[in-house]
Formats: sequence, structure tokens, C-alpha cells
Amino acid sequence: MDLNARIPSGPIAKKWEKHRFDMKLVNPANKRKFDVIVVGSGLAGASASATMAELGYNVRCFCYQDSPRRAHSIAAQGGINAAKNYQNDGDSVYRLFYDTVKGGDFRSREANVYRLSQVSVNIIDQCVAQGVPFAREYGGMLANRSFGGAQVSRTFYARGQTGQQLLLGAYQALSRQIGLKNVQMFPRHEMLDLVLVDGHARGIVTRNLITGEVRSWAADAVVLASGGYGNVFYLSTNAKGCNVTATYRAYRRGAGFANPCFTQIHPTCIPVSGHYQSKLTLMSESLRNDGRVWVPKKKGDARAPKDIPEAERDYYLERKYPSFGNLVPRDVASRNAKLVCDEGRGVNGPGSNAVYLDFADAIKRLGDKGVSDRYGNLFDMYERISGDNPYRTPMKIYPAVHYTMGGLWVDYNLMSNIPGLHVIGEANFSDHGANRLGASALMQGLADGYFILPYTIGNYLATANKGKVTTDHPAFKAAEQGVHARTTKLLSLEGKRSVDSFHRELGLIMWNHCGMARTREGLQKALGLIPELRDRFWREVRVPGSGEELNPWLEKAGRVADFLEFGEVMCHDALTREESCGGHFREEYQTANGEALRDDENYCWGSVWEFQGVGKTPKLHKEPFSFEYVKLATRNYK
Amino acid sequence: MAKSMKITVRVWRQTGPDAPGHLEEHLVPNVGPDMSFLEMLDVLNEHLIETGKTPIAFDHDCREGICGACSMVINGSPHGPRKATTTCQLHMRSFDDGDVITIEPWRAKAFPIVKDLVVDRSSFDRIISSGGYVSVNTGGAPDANAIPIGKADADEAFDYAACIGCGACVAACPNASAMLFVGAKVAHLAKMPQGQVERGKRVLNMIQTMDNEGFGSCTNHGECSASCPKEINLDAIATLNREFMRASLFGK
Ligand SMILES: Cc1cc2nc3c(=O)[nH]c(=O)nc-3n(C[C@H](O)[C@H](O)[C@H](O)COP(=O)(O)OP(=O)(O)OC[C@H]3O[C@@H](n4cnc5c(N)ncnc54)[C@H](O)[C@@H]3O)c2cc1C
Ligand code: SF4
Ligand code: FES
Repeated sequence: MDLNARIPSGPIAKKWEKHRFDMKLVNPANKRKFDVIVVGSGLAGASASATMAELGYNVRCFCYQDSPRRAHSIAAQGGINAAKNYQNDGDSVYRLFYDTVKGGDFRSREANVYRLSQVSVNIIDQCVAQGVPFAREYGGMLANRSFGGAQVSRTFYARGQTGQQLLLGAYQALSRQIGLKNVQMFPRHEMLDLVLVDGHARGIVTRNLITGEVRSWAADAVVLASGGYGNVFYLSTNAKGCNVTATYRAYRRGAGFANPCFTQIHPTCIPVSGHYQSKLTLMSESLRNDGRVWVPKKKGDARAPKDIPEAERDYYLERKYPSFGNLVPRDVASRNAKLVCDEGRGVNGPGSNAVYLDFADAIKRLGDKGVSDRYGNLFDMYERISGDNPYRTPMKIYPAVHYTMGGLWVDYNLMSNIPGLHVIGEANFSDHGANRLGASALMQGLADGYFILPYTIGNYLATANKGKVTTDHPAFKAAEQGVHARTTKLLSLEGKRSVDSFHRELGLIMWNHCGMARTREGLQKALGLIPELRDRFWREVRVPGSGEELNPWLEKAGRVADFLEFGEVMCHDALTREESCGGHFREEYQTANGEALRDDENYCWGSVWEFQGVGKTPKLHKEPFSFEYVKLATRNYK
Repeated sequence: MAKSMKITVRVWRQTGPDAPGHLEEHLVPNVGPDMSFLEMLDVLNEHLIETGKTPIAFDHDCREGICGACSMVINGSPHGPRKATTTCQLHMRSFDDGDVITIEPWRAKAFPIVKDLVVDRSSFDRIISSGGYVSVNTGGAPDANAIPIGKADADEAFDYAACIGCGACVAACPNASAMLFVGAKVAHLAKMPQGQVERGKRVLNMIQTMDNEGFGSCTNHGECSASCPKEINLDAIATLNREFMRASLFGK
């Protein structure tokens, strides 16, 4: 597997500029001759499709929703980072770079992270030019807030709906190109396979979700912007349709899957309320700016929160991490919530865990109105879901699966090890290492889509010289047949159980053994349970309906079938990494006071897994990481 | 779980755009108040699957009230009884034991039914691609703070930009008009300095597309805003009319 990261030479601050100059360009008249497929219309896919179309490429963009505007990015709440230093509080490109590398627990590639920090400033300019209504100060300047893992205010936001506003900006740019006929948009189309010709990515196979038509699409390059795979856990904060299918199908075709076990558990979500629970709802991390996290000091204290006096409360984050307090990074906050609940100090009654997020002090300081100005929609959402009024009683929160740092391996050009296959946004293994800082996913998706991929893909197209292929090529026919065969098989199973019931079971295995805390024993157990569950799925599931119509259960079945293979890859990865870092916490590797114990001597690399067949242990490759600028150091948020 | 309710749903079944539809009745025992409305339907669907029947198709994705996918007329109201709440954010505590709930799809000529509760809202996308944007290519944008925008203007623009494109306004309107949806986008961009240059062209093109797509005209019922989960103000329609007049009269 070719894992050359192709990092340009020279000092880190000059690499991107130098690389842009060194890259081959496609001349404007020739761009029209190139067809590019983009799978995904979230921040990454929409911004890339729009920008490539503006440059002159022919773009075909696919998404599974009925409209590109509904991509999962729409749900991002808290904000987007950028090193603008508008607050004059000492921020800089270098500091954002430093915070991101450190926040990622030194498991990312310095050169990529630096570039991300550099282009972050352009993103805000671009979005404002599109008319995105960011929050403003009274003087008319852009407002900022602070987010976990940073000591400066660099987060731009649009109330608690930043993802929505940024995505609508990108969607509108995309819509303009659709109107101009530079982009052909295919909503309600699901990519079910990647097609390689002569080792290069030359197209995809999709199923039209309305008619069931399976068909191929040929192109000169393929871009996957299909988002993250948090739904492998069944319960997560992701939209119900989020899946691993696009990236997993590429993995089965030879793309390396990097750091699959690096998943982020978000500390502030509404706790599970019952067995019917279909998803978990995030309460933006921005709440930790003003909310204080606590549990009773006493185990099993069943008193109402207002009856527990100050002296009997444990503000454990403030106590353990005085300088970051409630704003410690997500992995630290989540793990500590689990710790206090494991000690029996959780506050949601037996069987369901939670800690308090209390706004009483903020309300004293700012009044209901002040708090509502900042978090009004989040408070309303909490009230709608839980039935409790957070202005009067503390919120109950618990960690939930939220984001996946792992993804397909890419080089500095955002190209996978399969030539021509590019991967952007949450779908790649990206810049966040073992833990992503809040407000940095939106930044990365838009950096990739607006400012990086549209240029690096030109270099590939200008140098690949592969000529045109058509969908008559046998590789396309074979892939189509594979898709047909799988669909037919799923529909022909004569079981009785729903797809969801298997998905839930898989989710539980993953949460218990590959979730917030992992052990060798548990992971080995999961590696026994998953194949067994997969076998049962292929015998006992019932997929109603036919393949020639809108069939949400068939869609789900295909996605869950892929999760049932992919879960194993995650467990292999977590088992192999015998250290704790960021979101990956191996109980065997912790310091005396329970902090993650990284092992730079032996594990300072990204794992890249190569498919060997279903049920077979995938082959491990490594990309070593070296840190020239940010010195390898133990993270310390005390 | 606090209490358990028995709920009867009468739900619209239709196999395809041209097939006849009908209401089908199901009893859902054991509904908890903390369940979301869609979770109640999940439970019913799971039962239908396990008993060899055909589950009910409906659109949904985020289940957080922001993607705009979910779209059900519940007891005659788009998104159901709760103010400023999408179907996915509606919880069963809004209902009582023994309730009979009628669930139907959005009904409008411009939103043909695909199956059961799923409709085709691509007409909304075509309206946006005819003008609901600022024509600015990537790159070369001036510094984000180069043009100050007053907080009140930015906030007001945001209020309009909060539209999730769900189509409840159309479903609620006796004429199936899309004026609130179109007005929200026009008003958002008209409030921002970046939206000024294309103001006239935008509103003319978007209204033209809206008419071509088969949406009805506005006769001031106000049902749209009342059932809008994002509480888009009726002023959006006033702004739309004003912008349209301005563009038609002055050509800008
Ligand atoms: C509740 C929530 C809040 C968040 N808040 C923040 C925040 O405040 N700040 C921040 O920086 N990040 C936040 N994040 C993370 C961030 O939203 C995501 O990481 C980011 O939006 C992902 O963007 P994307 O473009 O990579 O993918 P997505 O937005 O997930 O888009 C994926 C696209 O791929 C398509 N797709 C997927 N599979 C297929 C297939 N097989 N065939 C065809 N199409 C397919 C989908 O239709 C969709 O268009 C949040 C995440 C959640 C869950
Ligand atoms: S205006 Fe309101 S009801 Fe209409 S599409 Fe937008 S959010 Fe939905
Ligand atoms: S499912 Fe997204 S708004 Fe209801």
C-alpha cells in the first residue's frame, strides 16, 4: 500500500504556498473536459462541488437525502473555529495549529493541520460574502465565543445553528451552479460501490432510492464527502441516515482505512430515556462556557438538585482541572462523567447515567434573558425533549457518540491510496488525530471543500492522463452485478427480525467494548460477538418490500450489513493500539490518577488497514508521525 | 417510565404517486410519554415488520428539528399540535391515553406523493437554484469584518435564514402557496449587504419559478406562519411582495 503522504518540503508555514505553485494546473479550457463525481452534499461535498464547478469542471453530486440541504452538517450547533484573532486575545494561525495538534493528542499530521489553520481565515471571509448571518456585536463586528480545548475566543457562530447557516451558504453556492448547469445534482441516490479501472478510481454505482434503478457513473476522478460512521454504535448524535457504506465500499476496493477506532464521545448530550430510543441529542458544547458540571459528593444521593447544598456538590471538572475547568477537551470531560457515574454518583436514577449541567450561576449573573440570548434555542430543545425547564433545574447530560476522527487515509492532496479517489470532510482520517476540538469539524469540511481539494484535484487530473472510460467497461458491469446480487439476497431472506433490532445489538457491543473505555479482554470478546451477530443477521433479518421502489428498510439493511463488517475493523484497531490517546482510552494504559497514558515510543503512527476479505483480520500498515514544530508532550489541562 | 398509553393511529397508505391512497388503522400499545412521535412510529413499524406486514414510509433524518426532512400532517396540523416544533421533536407527552391520531402526508400539487407519508419537495430546490443565493465564487472575498453589519440587522436576517425548507407552510396553506418559504430566503438576503446587488433579479426569478412549479397564490390566511416550526414571521411575505414590487417597477 502506497502511504507516501507527499508532504511538501520547506518550513511548515510555507509548505502550502510552495505546493500550490508546484502543482500542475489544468488550463481553463480543458477543465470542462473533466468529469468529477462527488458523493455527499454536506459542508465538504457542497463546498467542493460548488467550487469545482465555478472553476469549470463538470460535477455530478450525489446524496441520499431528498435535498442536498438536508445533509447531516445542517445539525452542527456550536460554531466554527478560525484564527482571525479579531478579539486580539493572542490567537494566531500558529496557536490554532498548536491547539489542534495538542488537542488531537499527537496523532495527526503536522503539515495538514498547519494548512487547515492557515485557510481557516479564508473560510469566514467566504461565508460572510455568501450572506451567512453570523452573530455580531453591537458595533457590527463579528462575535466570537470560546470552546473546549482553547484559551482564546476564536469560534464564530450563528446562534446555536452554525452548521445550518454554513451549510445553507454552501447549498446556495451549489444551487447556483446547479441552476447554471455546471453541477448535476442527484438527491435520493445512494452510492453502493466504487469502480476501479487500471487501479484508478473511475466511477461509482448508485441505487436510485425512488425507483430502485441501479446504475453506473463514469468520471475522471471521484470525491467521497460522505461523512462519519458514528452510527455504528446505533445510538449517536448523528442523523439517522449517516453511514459507513461509501467509505467502507471503497475500503473493500483497496482504500486504506485509517485510525477507525478514533471516535469522539461528546460530553454533553441528553441521556437515554428508554429502549425505544432512536438517537441521542447533543446539547452544544458551548453550554460549558456558562454551565457548571457537577454531581453529588455522596453516592446514590437521590435528593432533588436544589436540595443538595453547595458543600455537598462535587464540581469535579473545576476541582481536577483548575485552569480549563468546565472547558477541558471533550475526551477528558466525557471520561470524567463516566468515572463519576461508575462510582455511583450519577443523577438519573438507577440504570441510566447522567451528570448535572447547571446554569444557576449564569442566570444569577446574566438573568434569564441574558442566558436565553446565548442559548435560547438549546434550552428550548432540551425542554421539548426532556420535559424539564433548564432555567429552573439543572440539565441532565451524559456523553454520547458524536464524531469519528478515523476515516479513509489521505495524503497531503486529500487523495487516498487509490489514485483518483479523493476523500474530504469527516469521511477522511483528517486533521484531528485522536480527538477533535469543538468547532473544528466545520472548519475542516469547508477548508477541504472550498480551499484545498479544488486545487489538489487539478494536479491529479493534469498528471493522470488516463483518458476516458465509459460505463460499458466490464469493471462497471461487474460492480453493478455485485450490487444487484446483494440487494436480491437481502430481500430474499426469510427471517422475522427487523434490521433495527440487529443494529441495536451491534451498537451495544460496540458501546460496551469499543466505546468510552476499552480493554484487551472486551475487544477480544467483541471480535467474537460481531461475526456471530453478522451470521445471524444474514439468516434472521426480514427486509420488507421490493427493490424497485422507495424502500427505507432495504437502504437500512445495506448500511447495517456494512456496519456489521466495519465494527470488526474498529475493534482490531482498538486492540492493536496498546496505549491511550485522545478518544481512545485503553484501561490498561492510564496514569495513577486515571489520565490517558500515551506511548509515543511505540505508537506514534496512524494505523491504516487493508481489507483482506470479510471476517479476515485486515492487514495493518502504518504512517509514522513526526513532530517538528509542536513538541511531543503529555497533554495537561490542569 | 412514568405511564404507558394506548394510541390508535390512522395513517395514510399509498404505494406510489398515481396509486389511490387510504387511511389504515393501527393500535400502538405501550406508548411512553418520553417517546418522540417518530419513535412511536418506529415501534409500530418494527411490529409490522415482525408480523410480516409492510411498514409505513416517512421522511426523517436529523431527528433534531433542523434538517427539515420530517413532514407529517398530524390531526390536520402540519408537524402536529405543538407550536414551533417539528414532527421529530414532538413527544408523546403531548397526547393522552386512548387518543386516535390521524397522520397524513403534506398535500400540495407541487409536492407529489412518493409513497405513504413521503412527498417530493424538489420544487423547493429548484426555487433556490433560480436565485436564492449570492453570486460569489470561492476565493478573493474581502475580510469578513470589512463591512460592519448591525446586530439587529444580522439577527433579523438570521430569523429568516432559520427556515428549514420543510414545506409545512405549503401544507398548511389552503392555496398551497410557497410565499413564506420564498419570502424567508428573499428577506434573509435582502437584509444583508451582500445580498443587495442581485436583489431585484433574485426576487423576480424566484417568484417566476415558484409559479411555474405549481404553488398557489397567497390570500393572507396566515396558516403558514402559524404552523412553521421555525416561526418564520408573516413579515417575510410582506417583504417578498415589497421586493417584488420594487423589482417590477424599477427593474432592480
Ligand atoms: C449534533 C451535532 C453537532 C455538531 N456541532 C458541531 C459544531 O458546532 N462545530 C463543528 O465544527 N462540528 C460540529 N459537528 C460535527 C460536524 O457537523 C460534522 O463533522 C460535519 O458536518 C461533517 O460534514 P461532512 O460534509 O463531512 O459530512 P455530512 O454533513 O455528514 O454529509 C455527508 C453527505 O454524504 C451523503 N452520503 C453519505 N453516504 C452516502 C452514500 N452512500 N451515497 C450517497 N450519499 C451519501 C449524505 O447524503 C450527505 O450529503 C456536529 C455534529 C453533530 C452530530
Ligand atoms: S417557512 Fe417554515 S414551514 Fe415553510 S419551509 Fe421554512 S421552516 Fe418550513
Ligand atoms: S427529522 Fe430533521 S427536522 Fe425532523
